[in-house]
Amino acid sequence: MGGHHGAFSLDVAHLLGGAVLVLSFGLLYQRRLGGLINAYAAQSCVLAAAAAWQGWVQSAPALVVTGLIVLGGAGVAIPVALHRIAGRLQFDRAVVTQPGIFPVMAAGVALVLLAVLLAAPAAAQALPREDLALALAVVLLGQLMMIVRPAAPAQLVGFLSLLSGLILGIVGVPGMRLAVELAVAVLVLAGAAVAGVYLLRIRARFEEVDAGRLERLGGAAQ
Amino acid sequence: MNELSLLTGMLRELVSAPGLVVLVPFAAAAGLGFVTDARLGAWINGAAATLAFLLACALPWEPIAGLLLLADPLAAFMAILTSFLGMTTAWFSQGYMQVEVQAGRFDAPRLRLYHALFQAGLGCMLLALLSNNVAVTWGALEAATLVSVLAVALPRTEDAARAASRQFVLCGVGLAMACFGTTVLYLAAVPALGAGVPAMSWSRLPAAAAAFNPAMLNLAFVFLLLGYGTKAGLVPLHGWLPDSQAAGPLPVSAVLSGSILNVALVVILRLRGLLDANPGAIAPGLPIMALGLASLLLAAFSLGAQRDVKRFFAGSTIAQSGVAAFAFGLGGAGATFAGLLHLALHTLTRAAILQCVGAAVQLNGGQRCAGIGGLLLRHRALGLTLAAGMVAVAGLPPFGLFTTLFLILSGTVDRAPWLAVPLALGLAVAGWAMAERLLALCLGPPTPDRGPGTGLPALVPAWVQLALVLVLGLAMPGPVAAWLAAIAGAAP
Amino acid sequence: MTTLLSLALLAVHLALLLTLAPVLAGIVRWTKSRLMGRVGAPVFQPWRDLQRLARKQPVLAENASWLFRGAPTIAFAATLAAAALVPGFALGMATAPLADLLAIAGLLALARCTLALAGLDTGTAVGGLGASREMSFAAFAEPAMLLVIFTLALLAGSTNLDAIAGALREGTAGPLFPLGLALLAMLAVAIAGNGRAPIDNRAALAETGMVHAALALAYSGRHLALIEATAALKLLLWLTLIAAIFLPFGTATPESGLLVWLLALPVWGLKLGGLAMALALFEAGVAGMRVFRVPELLGLAVLLGVLAAVLLAVWQGLA
Repeated sequence: MGGHHGAFSLDVAHLLGGAVLVLSFGLLYQRRLGGLINAYAAQSCVLAAAAAWQGWVQSAPALVVTGLIVLGGAGVAIPVALHRIAGRLQFDRAVVTQPGIFPVMAAGVALVLLAVLLAAPAAAQALPREDLALALAVVLLGQLMMIVRPAAPAQLVGFLSLLSGLILGIVGVPGMRLAVELAVAVLVLAGAAVAGVYLLRIRARFEEVDAGRLERLGGAAQ
Repeated sequence: MNELSLLTGMLRELVSAPGLVVLVPFAAAAGLGFVTDARLGAWINGAAATLAFLLACALPWEPIAGLLLLADPLAAFMAILTSFLGMTTAWFSQGYMQVEVQAGRFDAPRLRLYHALFQAGLGCMLLALLSNNVAVTWGALEAATLVSVLAVALPRTEDAARAASRQFVLCGVGLAMACFGTTVLYLAAVPALGAGVPAMSWSRLPAAAAAFNPAMLNLAFVFLLLGYGTKAGLVPLHGWLPDSQAAGPLPVSAVLSGSILNVALVVILRLRGLLDANPGAIAPGLPIMALGLASLLLAAFSLGAQRDVKRFFAGSTIAQSGVAAFAFGLGGAGATFAGLLHLALHTLTRAAILQCVGAAVQLNGGQRCAGIGGLLLRHRALGLTLAAGMVAVAGLPPFGLFTTLFLILSGTVDRAPWLAVPLALGLAVAGWAMAERLLALCLGPPTPDRGPGTGLPALVPAWVQLALVLVLGLAMPGPVAAWLAAIAGAAP
Repeated sequence: MTTLLSLALLAVHLALLLTLAPVLAGIVRWTKSRLMGRVGAPVFQPWRDLQRLARKQPVLAENASWLFRGAPTIAFAATLAAAALVPGFALGMATAPLADLLAIAGLLALARCTLALAGLDTGTAVGGLGASREMSFAAFAEPAMLLVIFTLALLAGSTNLDAIAGALREGTAGPLFPLGLALLAMLAVAIAGNGRAPIDNRAALAETGMVHAALALAYSGRHLALIEATAALKLLLWLTLIAAIFLPFGTATPESGLLVWLLALPVWGLKLGGLAMALALFEAGVAGMRVFRVPELLGLAVLLGVLAAVLLAVWQGLA
């Protein structure tokens, strides 16, 4: 470990991690896809700040690099790509359906509490309990979002925020080697998800005028 | 150790046998990207896979546990199995892909991409098996998954695209959980091994596992089991396997998804050892057994309803993967031995079956079960091979899977008798469904051919694989048995 | 000596609050107008409005009871009492021992309930609608506020506002993250309690969006002046409360040196001004919310409060 270990700098690290978590709730609360993408961009930027701050706290320049990569990839490139996809397919104003907000939020809070309780024993051996709890909570909320929102675009954003939780966990662990490589691997997964949706969606639109599909639909109706 | 000696140490590892096993497929993948001639590409593909297999055969004599790579007996065994499968599938795919190209389902650029992806996927899986770093194993498995998603989407049909996206979503969630589990595992190891690379290396973890933080180890176990369980085709996230197998090009599903399953099961086996060594952690056996048994039962009872022949065999794969996981969960040298052997034999049998199914589907121009029948009457060699494979997978003598299933079942009666009943039930149902389908596919009323066949040479890999299954089941050579028993004894 | 000082402090505090409240409302209104591209009424316009209204004869409905006539006075008195408890530029006022957060929340609830009852009193449709909406919002806002209070009490070991502000000022309090959650929840409660955008529009003319305006619709003359003054005072109270808890630096205590005392008042003014600007910016930026979605927002505040309280309890209990 080593490095600057003031209580205040740790507190700020938790505050940034907590902000990522709160933005996860923001994602759960958002209804429009455009807003969803913006909330994800905000989450990624806070995540980048959290990574950079952890780099300073742990005196690990690699984490600052990770922060920059996250900022460029998840904070800028992916949201821009998503906005372009949404704009081209004209569903950026689409309302994302999901069951009532309140039960979902309550489930989210329950998951956060679960994460806190699961991570609590880490304190016994001076492991970073709060960082782990926050990362676990973001991961669980991402999964919750994927479950309650069956629509593909919203599910994609849920998956992306789940990956943000992974990065938060990686940067929060002291002395984790390969942090940059792992974060990049996670971002590759995120990029692949976006690219996949882009390719598949474009194709789906072309296939709507596919005669074979119409024929099959007609067959099913008879 | 200063930077320079670190670097030279790494380089030396890369040019040792394990390093070359990993590097050869990657180099071949890079090279195949530039080979425009389809026949030459297919030959390079086969040659590279063979070279990787031959190099892997040297692994048992060159055990290392270095900074980058780990070639302990378990890793060596799995690497040999994976590269053997890669070799046979690469030779099989020569004839198979030729037919696909003739049928217009593949064009030249896509065939080139297919060859490169095949080698890249093989390299990623070998890296995952031979890496000495938990995180690198995860990263390699992620890369292998992405490669296999790409390969599944290669035919560019609507079904392929849908299967690829479904596979991506489910495997993505599984990989995410595995990544988080990896982080937590590292965290659990920090109190024992200190921060840094040792806390992430497979070779250092087991010895120090007793001093891990038990709560963190439990948390890591849950995430890793669910995450790698997804990749092993275990419930609850097994849904990607039938889709990708039904839609993707067959050799890909034979080598890629089949071997990814094995890699994930090996990680679960290693994880089990870590939890066993820690007095404060939960007993890992029961959760693993529960997942394995649930997969077996779910797959066995849905087998009969499958109308698509490729999906049918994917269901059987889930069932058998569940059996192997169950054996690993059961624990003890005997059950682990049986589980490892089952894994290997089923992988070989499955590849043989899939090669036959691929040929049959090409002959019939469709993969609906109802459209394929009477293979034994019209294509005697193909029908016989498929029948032999299905008999083997159903767990009937004289094939090796009978031996391993018997070992697992008797081990269950010995150690957890109350689980023997559902296990036997699942095996019987799966075997029954297999026999029923065997009668329909091989005997039944013959169906007319609608496409070109691959010819006898394409069946040679299947014969080799089935012969191995037969030999290993009936009369396993003494040294091999001793080696496998040593692996099982060293593993928990 | 200390008693005298604390009494003097209280007197100055109350005088400042009463004079500043309409001005602050004017500042928010003016800033918002400028942000929206309008010229905006002068900052002192609310004061002039109050004077004008106070001179006018109130018009009462025939069936209005004593409750209707007395409600503005009761509400104003309750709010003023609450305002006397919230430390502004200095800690250690004469009311400090009484300054329990629960008492402040109770006094505000009293004011709110009185006005809601008065809205029902005359039996007009609009008043009833305003009362029902006000109460349904309160049903969510009050638990959220209680949870925030609980969180702060866990942090500082007391529900006394003076003690909490003191503890936060010293920086001895625990982790920042639960405090941040509590701040979010409190902001939502404050926005709902003061009828600001996106929940309510004080200048609403259509019934669909009215809450507070509906309650005040049947009032006129000096009664209306009292209600407007109450609203302005409540806004100032909330901003002071947020500043006292979440921006605790720069406040003076009886032990502080001369320099701190000299700086305390301008610092307080700066904090209030900053918060007012932030409020105006926020109101100008957000779109109004459908009435039926407001409980969702406030429910979110409740959940954030739960989260803050339990996180803190777990982390403190296991630390």
